[in-house]
Amino acid sequence: MIDPTPVLEVEHLQIDFLTRRGTVHAVRDVSFTIGRGETLGLVGESGSGKSVTAQALLGMIELPGRIVGGDVRWKGESLVRGPHVRRTIERVRGQEIAMVFQDPMTSLDPVFTVGSQVVEVLRRHRRLSRKAAKARAVELLDIVGIANPTERISQYPFEMSGGMRQRVLIAMALACEPELLVADEPTTALDVTIQAQILELVAKLQQELRLAVLLITHDLGVVAGVCDRVAVMYAGKIVEDAPAADLYATPAHPYSAALLRSTPRLDIVLDRLVAIEGAPPDLRRPPAGCAFATRCPFAIDHCREEQPRLEVFEPVPDAVGAGDAETLEELEQPARTERTVACFRAAEVREEVLS
Amino acid sequence: MSGTATDEYSAHQHDVDEALLAEQGMEGRPYELRASTTGLFSELRADKAGLLSAVFLFIVVFAAFAAPLLAPYGPVEGNPSTSSIPPIWADGSWDHVLGTDTQGYDVLSRLMYGARTTLLIGLAVVAIAGLFGVVLGLIAGYRGGRTDRWLMRWVDVQVAFPGLLIALIMIAVLGPSMTSVIFVLSFNGWMVYARMTRGVVLAAKERPYVEAAEMVGCRPRRVMFVHILPNLTSSLVTLAVLEFARIILAEATLSFLGLGLQFPEVSLGVMANGGRDAFFSLPRLAIIPGVVITLIVLAVNFLASWLRVVFDPQEREKRFAAGATTAATTVEGVM
Amino acid sequence: MGRYLSQRLVQGLVVILGVTTLVFVVTRMIGDPVNFILPLSASEEQRAALRADLGFDRSILSQFWSFLSDAVRLDFGESTYFRNEDALGIVRRFLPKTLQLVVAGMIVAFVLSVPLGAIAALRPGKVLDKFLVTLSLIGLATPQFFLGQVILLFTSVKFNLVQFGDGPWTHLIFPALTLALPAIGRLTMVVRSAMIDELNSQYVKAARAKGVSRRRIVGVHALRNAAIPFVTLFGWEVIRALAGYTLVVEAVFDWPGLGDLAILSIRERDFFLIQTIVFVVAVMVVLVNIAIDIAYKIIDPRVKIA
Repeated sequence: MIDPTPVLEVEHLQIDFLTRRGTVHAVRDVSFTIGRGETLGLVGESGSGKSVTAQALLGMIELPGRIVGGDVRWKGESLVRGPHVRRTIERVRGQEIAMVFQDPMTSLDPVFTVGSQVVEVLRRHRRLSRKAAKARAVELLDIVGIANPTERISQYPFEMSGGMRQRVLIAMALACEPELLVADEPTTALDVTIQAQILELVAKLQQELRLAVLLITHDLGVVAGVCDRVAVMYAGKIVEDAPAADLYATPAHPYSAALLRSTPRLDIVLDRLVAIEGAPPDLRRPPAGCAFATRCPFAIDHCREEQPRLEVFEPVPDAVGAGDAETLEELEQPARTERTVACFRAAEVREEVLS
Repeated sequence: MSGTATDEYSAHQHDVDEALLAEQGMEGRPYELRASTTGLFSELRADKAGLLSAVFLFIVVFAAFAAPLLAPYGPVEGNPSTSSIPPIWADGSWDHVLGTDTQGYDVLSRLMYGARTTLLIGLAVVAIAGLFGVVLGLIAGYRGGRTDRWLMRWVDVQVAFPGLLIALIMIAVLGPSMTSVIFVLSFNGWMVYARMTRGVVLAAKERPYVEAAEMVGCRPRRVMFVHILPNLTSSLVTLAVLEFARIILAEATLSFLGLGLQFPEVSLGVMANGGRDAFFSLPRLAIIPGVVITLIVLAVNFLASWLRVVFDPQEREKRFAAGATTAATTVEGVM
Repeated sequence: MGRYLSQRLVQGLVVILGVTTLVFVVTRMIGDPVNFILPLSASEEQRAALRADLGFDRSILSQFWSFLSDAVRLDFGESTYFRNEDALGIVRRFLPKTLQLVVAGMIVAFVLSVPLGAIAALRPGKVLDKFLVTLSLIGLATPQFFLGQVILLFTSVKFNLVQFGDGPWTHLIFPALTLALPAIGRLTMVVRSAMIDELNSQYVKAARAKGVSRRRIVGVHALRNAAIPFVTLFGWEVIRALAGYTLVVEAVFDWPGLGDLAILSIRERDFFLIQTIVFVVAVMVVLVNIAIDIAYKIIDPRVKIA
C-alpha cells in the first residue's frame, strides 16, 4: 500500500543557467510530490529540464546554474533555502536520498577499487569498522545481483561491464538504506537487454525495501513497467502528472499523447515512424503562452497568449468538449490517484484519444 | 601518454595537446572559424593584457627593426673613455639615456640592435623549424601507414634526446655564431610542429564528414584539405607564437653561457652575458636586458593566450562564465 | 612488472647508445682533433705521434668500435684539459654537486606546486588563483639566468652572500630555489588544471551525491587522478633541470657542478670529457624516464603490464 504522505515535495522550482548568449530558463515551474514507497517517472526529451531538476534535489546545481525560485522539501525540511540548508543537504545526501547517474562508465573513480568506493559511502554515514564495511559491501553487491561479490570487491571499474558497473552504482546508492532513490537515465548508456535487467532490479528493490524512486528518462517504455505515476516535462515545465496506467490509456496533454504515439510498438503496424513536428522552444526566450503551442494540433489563440497552469483534471464521463472551457473538479479521492494537466484543451485531447 | 619523451622543451607538448583538443572540440569547419572571428576587436579590447601586450610588442618590433635609423649610436660604437656612464635616472645625461656599459657602448642602442637580432633569430627559427615540421607532419598524416610510422619514430627519437645538451655539443662543433644558433634551435624545434600537424590531419581524416563525402564521390583529400586548413592555421599560429617566445629564451640562455652569438654581434642574450662581468658593481647591465627579455616573452605569451581565445569558442564561453560567476550569487553555493 | 622493467631498460640502452653515437660522430666531424690539443707551433711529427697515441689515425669504424668496447668497461679515456686525468673520474667528482642541486630543487618544486595548485583549483578566479597564475606567467617568461641573477643580487645585498660553491649546505637553498622556480610555475599550473578537470568530472559529481566529504573528494579522489598527468610532467621537469638548467644555475651562482664542467669542456674542446658527460647525463635521463613509467603504473591501475 502506498503511503500518501509525501516525502519529497517540489514546489514551483525555477532554475536558470547564465550563458554568454543569454540566460537559459532550464526549469521554469516544476512541482510534484513523491510519496513514501512511490515510484515517479519523470519523462521528457533532451533539454526538457529533467536532469537539472534531479540535480537540484541534492543541491548539486552549480554556476553557471542557479536556483532562482521555488522550493524542494524533504520530509518537511527545505533543501534549497534557509540557514541550515547545508547541514541538511550533507545529512541527506547519500543517506536519505541517493542518486544514480546516467553513465556508469564515468561515475566511478577509475583508480580505486569498486569495493573501496562502496565502503566509502558506508563509512561516511555509518560508524563501521573497515572489516564490517567491507562485509556489508559484499552483501550489497550480492543484493544487486553481482555474482562472486567477494572477488568483484577488489576489482577496478574498468574491469567490469557497463551493466555490472551500473549495479555497483545502485549498490552504492542503497548502501545506507535511503528512502528515495533518484535514478537519472540509469539505462540510457546500456544495451537493451541489460536495461531490462537493471529495471527489474530497481523494481524488485523498490518493493522489498519500500524505496521511493524518482526515475528520470526520455524513454516511455522504461517507465511503463516500473512507475506508479508519471510526470511529463516539456520545456522546463511539468505538463501532465498522472498515475501511469491513466496516462498510458488516456493522456490528457497533447504532448503526452504525441509522445505515446511516437513510441514504436510491435503490435501496431506503421509505414512511417510518427514524429512530433517542430522543435522545442529556445529557453532563453520562452514563449508567453504555452510552450507546446507551436507544435500542438489542438492549439487555439488562448493557448499562445496565456500559460496554462498545472491543474487537477478529472473529466466528467459524458462531457463533450465545450470550446476552451477548463475542466476542474475538486475530488475527495486520495491525492495519489489524482491527475493534473497543464492544458486549456485537456478535455478535448482526452475526447480525441478516446475516440 | 607514457613518459618516454625527455625533450626538455616538450612540456610544450601539453600546450600542443591542449590546442589539439580545443580544435577537436571546435569541429573546425570553415564557417565556424569565421563566426568565431567576429567580435575580434571587442575580444581584444576586453582582454586588457592581450591589448597591452600587442601594443608593447608593436613598439618593440618597430624600435628593433628601425634600429639603424633610430638608435643614437652604433651597437659597438664607443671606447673606454665613455665607459660606465650612468643612466638618466642616476645623474646621467640624455646623451646616453640608459647609460653605457664597461666597454663604453651605449646601452639603449645595443638594446635596440640586440632586440632586432633576437627577434630575427626567433622568426628565422620559427620559419625554418615550422616549415620543416609542418611539411613532415603533413606527409606523415596524409600518407599514413609505413611513412607515418617511420617519420613519427624519427620524431620520437629526436624528442628523446636531451635538447640543451645536444645543442651544446653542436655548438661546440660548429663554433658559436648566429648561424649555428639558428641551426641548432631549428634542429631541436621542428618536432612540435610535425606532431601537431600530423594530429590535425589525422583528426580531420577521421571526421565522419570526410567519410560521408567519400561516399558521395568527393575526393577525400580535397575535403580534408578544405577542413584541415582552418584548424591547422589556428593551432599553428598559436603554436608558432609560443615557440617564438621559447626561442627567444633559448637564444638568450645560449648567449648568456657564451655559446651563442659572439662579438661584435649583439643580441639580448649577449647583453645579458656582458652583464656578468661587473655584476656586483654595475648590476644594471645585467638587469636591463633581463627585464626586456622578460617583458617581451610575457607579452608574446599574453598574445598567444588571446589568440587561443579568439580561435576557440569554448575558451570564450569559459571566460564569460568566469565573469558571470564572480558577479552572481547562488541560492546556496553548496559544493 | 619484471618484463615491463626489462623492456624499458632495453629502450633506455638504445637511447644512451644513440646519444653517445651522435656525440662521437659529431665530435669527429670537426676535423683533426689534434689541432685543438697541441699548440699551433707543434711540429707535424708531434701531431702524428699524438694522433697515433690517441688512436685518431685509425679508421672511423675502428675508432667507434674501440670507443664502444671501452665504454662498456666504463673507460672513457682521459681528459685533455685536466692533464690526462681519467674522464669518468672527473665527471664523478663534479656530479654530486649537481645532484644536490637538482634533488633539492625538485623536492622544493614538488612540495610547493602540489598544494598551491590544488588550492588554486579549489578557488578558481579568487585571489590566490589569480596571484598564482600571474606568478607562474612571470616565471614562464623570465629567463632562468635572469631569475638567478636577481636572486643573487638579493642575497648579496641582504645577506652579503656572494660565494655559493664551497659554502655550507645552507648555501644550496638559493641556487636550488632558482632551479625550482620555473618548474614550480609550470607544475603549479599543471596541478591546477588537472585538479580542475578532475573536480569537474562525473565521478566527483557522483561522489558528492553520495555525500562524501569535500576534503576526501579533493584530497583522495581528485588528487590521485590528477597525479597521473602530474607525474609525467614532473618527470620532464626533472629531466629539464638535469640536462639543461643546471648549466645556467651553476653558471650564475658559480656552483661547481657538472654543468659548469660541461661548458668548460666545450670551450676547451675536450672531447673525451664531453663524451663522458653526455653519456652520464643520458644515463640519468633514462633512469628518470623509467622511474616516471614505474610511478605512472603504480598510480594508475589501468596501465596495462606490457
